[in-house]
Amino acid sequence: MNATDFGWIVLACPLVGTAISALGWRVLPGRAPGYVGSLAILGSFLASLGMLQKLSDQPEEAKQLVGTAFTYIDTAGFAADLAILVDPLSVLMCLVVSGVSFLIHLYSIAYMTSDEGFARFFAYLNFFVFSMLLLVLAANFVLLIVGWAFVGAASYLLISFWYRRSTATGAGIKAFVINVIGDVGLVIGAFLLFEATGSLDYFGVFERAPEVFGENDPQLVAACLMILVGAFAKSAQLPLHTWLPDAMEGPTPVSALIHAATMVTAGVYLIARCFPLFELAPAAADVSAIIGTATLIFAASIAMAATDLKRVIAYSTMSQIGYMILGVSVAAYGAGLFHLMTHAFFKALLFMGAGSVIGAMSGIQSLDRMGGFRKAMPFTFITFTIGALALAAFPLTSGFFSKDEILAYTLNRGGFYIVLAVVGYIAALLTAFYSFRLVFRVFFGPPVPEARELEQGHMTHGAHANPATGEDEDTDVGFPGAEHHIAEREWAMKAAMGPLAVLALIAGVLGIPGVTDTLEHFLEPTFEESRFHAEVPSEGAEFTGLVAGGLFALVGIAAAYFYFLRDPARRVRTRERFGGLHRVLINKWYVDEIYDATIVRPAAAAGRFGRNVVESTFVQGVLVGGTVGIVRAGTSLARSIQNGEVRAYAALLLVGLACLVLYFLLVSS
Amino acid sequence: MSTSWFVVLSAFIFSIGAAGVLTRRSPLVILLCLELMLNAGNLALIAFSRMLGNSDGQIFALMVMVVAACEVVIGLGIIVGMFRRRLPIDVDEMSELRG
Amino acid sequence: MIFEQILFFVAGIGAIAGALGVALLRNPFYSVLALVAHLVALAVLFLLLRADFLAAAQVVVYAGAVMVLYVFVVAYVGGTDEPLRPDSGGLLATLGPVFALALFLEISVAVLGSSLGALDSRGVEVGAGFGSPGEIGRLLLTKFLLPFEAASFLLLLAAVAAVLLARKRRGLEEPEARVPALSVSDVMKGSDPV
Repeated sequence: MNATDFGWIVLACPLVGTAISALGWRVLPGRAPGYVGSLAILGSFLASLGMLQKLSDQPEEAKQLVGTAFTYIDTAGFAADLAILVDPLSVLMCLVVSGVSFLIHLYSIAYMTSDEGFARFFAYLNFFVFSMLLLVLAANFVLLIVGWAFVGAASYLLISFWYRRSTATGAGIKAFVINVIGDVGLVIGAFLLFEATGSLDYFGVFERAPEVFGENDPQLVAACLMILVGAFAKSAQLPLHTWLPDAMEGPTPVSALIHAATMVTAGVYLIARCFPLFELAPAAADVSAIIGTATLIFAASIAMAATDLKRVIAYSTMSQIGYMILGVSVAAYGAGLFHLMTHAFFKALLFMGAGSVIGAMSGIQSLDRMGGFRKAMPFTFITFTIGALALAAFPLTSGFFSKDEILAYTLNRGGFYIVLAVVGYIAALLTAFYSFRLVFRVFFGPPVPEARELEQGHMTHGAHANPATGEDEDTDVGFPGAEHHIAEREWAMKAAMGPLAVLALIAGVLGIPGVTDTLEHFLEPTFEESRFHAEVPSEGAEFTGLVAGGLFALVGIAAAYFYFLRDPARRVRTRERFGGLHRVLINKWYVDEIYDATIVRPAAAAGRFGRNVVESTFVQGVLVGGTVGIVRAGTSLARSIQNGEVRAYAALLLVGLACLVLYFLLVSS
Repeated sequence: MSTSWFVVLSAFIFSIGAAGVLTRRSPLVILLCLELMLNAGNLALIAFSRMLGNSDGQIFALMVMVVAACEVVIGLGIIVGMFRRRLPIDVDEMSELRG
Repeated sequence: MIFEQILFFVAGIGAIAGALGVALLRNPFYSVLALVAHLVALAVLFLLLRADFLAAAQVVVYAGAVMVLYVFVVAYVGGTDEPLRPDSGGLLATLGPVFALALFLEISVAVLGSSLGALDSRGVEVGAGFGSPGEIGRLLLTKFLLPFEAASFLLLLAAVAAVLLARKRRGLEEPEARVPALSVSDVMKGSDPV
């Protein structure tokens, strides 16, 4: 068994899990699909460990292995194999994806217990994990695009999981449409690369790129920009970000898995994987860095004002991914991927905690209705706070080391990147502020009725309604189940959140600069050909960056403390003073409204025009009606011969005979 | 008095029969004109048989006569049946083949 | 020779006259009689062509039996003098002869204009038994045995069909008054006694 065999097992396990849950849901008893799904992902995780083991056995030079299943397409001029690539980057992604997914599956067994679509949920989840693993293990652009598209489809299925809720289906469609825009960009980028280099394998393209393209070659820049379109759509960066907040309509485990830990990081993975191209086209890399930075401050600003618990966490995801994109765009690959890993841990943890709180509130997600859950839900409080600390980059948490490493590298690049780094530090301040905004508003302060009842040991059962619009719902399939679950009562949720909390605290040990650069060394075989390989910030610079980052985090937390805990009235006063700014933030900078006016309405009008004018008059009238009319006229002409008169038939016979004789006469003469 | 005279005569009789089929309304007369055409064919057959010195043409003509006889029987049977059913003996009235 | 040519013309004119009579006479009975005359003329022509047996068969079978049957039917069915209906039959009344004329012209051109030299001759010399009953009989029983048997089968069929067509059936409903659209099944059903 070598590394690539383990790679195929990694892919096969969730696929088998999907098949069992999807095909056998009628015969599987009770909660079996949940256990089947979780075991499948556990299998993937163990196989990923096997990959890691085998890969580390390999000698230094041979750390990038390609395993081919069969030749998918083989024509003159174009060949594509069904091949997977096992190298440090893909192994890291597999470990993160399968590990976090396994914990989320455990969480979901408890969270979705009373839902009628339990088996369907796990079938979709396993399918999603399979697609994501396919995406990161692909060895060529073809399989990447396949995985990319599958991930988009799985995301759609899971966002609109409660499909009888119109807000959920609308959100699913929105996510899918924006993802498709990204898919188109990715495909066009792949085309441009293929056209120039004649290959779609990663290694084929990367080796031939320096020969075919000069520095900042227009075609290469265009290809990289198209790839960026794909990355931004999947990772919810400006301007293709509008789907992510709405995607919170999906069940909380979905938000934890897809929109925190895995799918949205696919864009980061893509840029990291295509790093030779981006280094050869610095213009595209700069665009990426700027957009990443813009997104991170944009999202952080909205997160400060949003009132829905899950949406605040969604905006923080957007912001943190902005950091990761910034990291891989300034060639801080190790730092960016390190932040990807730590973010997966603490963001999934935050979502799980949010799910627990929402369960206690029997489905209500609004921050304004929450407060004082500290005594009622101790476990959730502790884990949530750990997650918030990591998010805020509190000193010595995992988020601290990863985020500040990115900013240190950015500063080190110099030039205009210093501006980006400064923006990054400001956003770090905001991040600390809003993450503790959540902690203080949800867990501190006077307990709300639901919290008080929970302290007595009694969970509230509210009416079953859409949390956003208030419409009544039932608990049949297509709507959430009747029961709500909190972590304190479910061992599965505790089993999932516990390890993540631990990892969120201690995972920083993998990347302490100067002491243990474990992750950097691990990823070296993939990134050693980077031209920025040697541009590592000095230890002093890194240390300074860490200290600065830590200070910002502490300042942010303190500000949140003063605002939300010491003097709640100050919050209301500030909101009134900055009323205009607050309105802009609450309305998400009106981006959705702008898109609606400039894109959605003209498209709808064009569609209406097409239906009324083109379809009705032209196609129906002229083309269809005309064809039918011509055929009808022709056939009625032919039909008139059959008038039933025997003599007419006899006459036809005679005429035919005469013509025949004439023909033979002419032929023979 | 070569063969061609007989053949031209046969063609003439044939075309007279054809004209009769097309212009008459009574099925009886149409059948009669059909007989004319058959006989014209017979004449041509026998003329060619004489030309070639081969009796096969005469046998053929004999068969044609047999067929003509059978056909007359059936045709007249139909006409008698029509008459018995008090249906009009007029081909223009019989337009059930109308499409 | 001369005699033959005179006979040819006489018989030919008789045949043509009979044919025209069949096609043009208004009364069907007269048409039948004209056909009988035509058949006899044709028999003479057959004799000229050394087809003795066939001439005799023509007279005995065709003119003798088939035409007698025809006479019976015409007498039974009657048949009025009907002019051609102007509205529906008008077009065909004018065009019918035109088509027939075209056909005749084509065939004539084919025969007369062809380069078949044999057509211009009288034909090969034939033996004495050519066209005699013995010759026909020999051929029927040797070379043309299968058509002979088939022909007899066909005659049997025709006889059975004639009986079927002619029989009366009991217990049928009253035939309707004259209806414009006929069906063959209507015809086949037979009818009540007149």
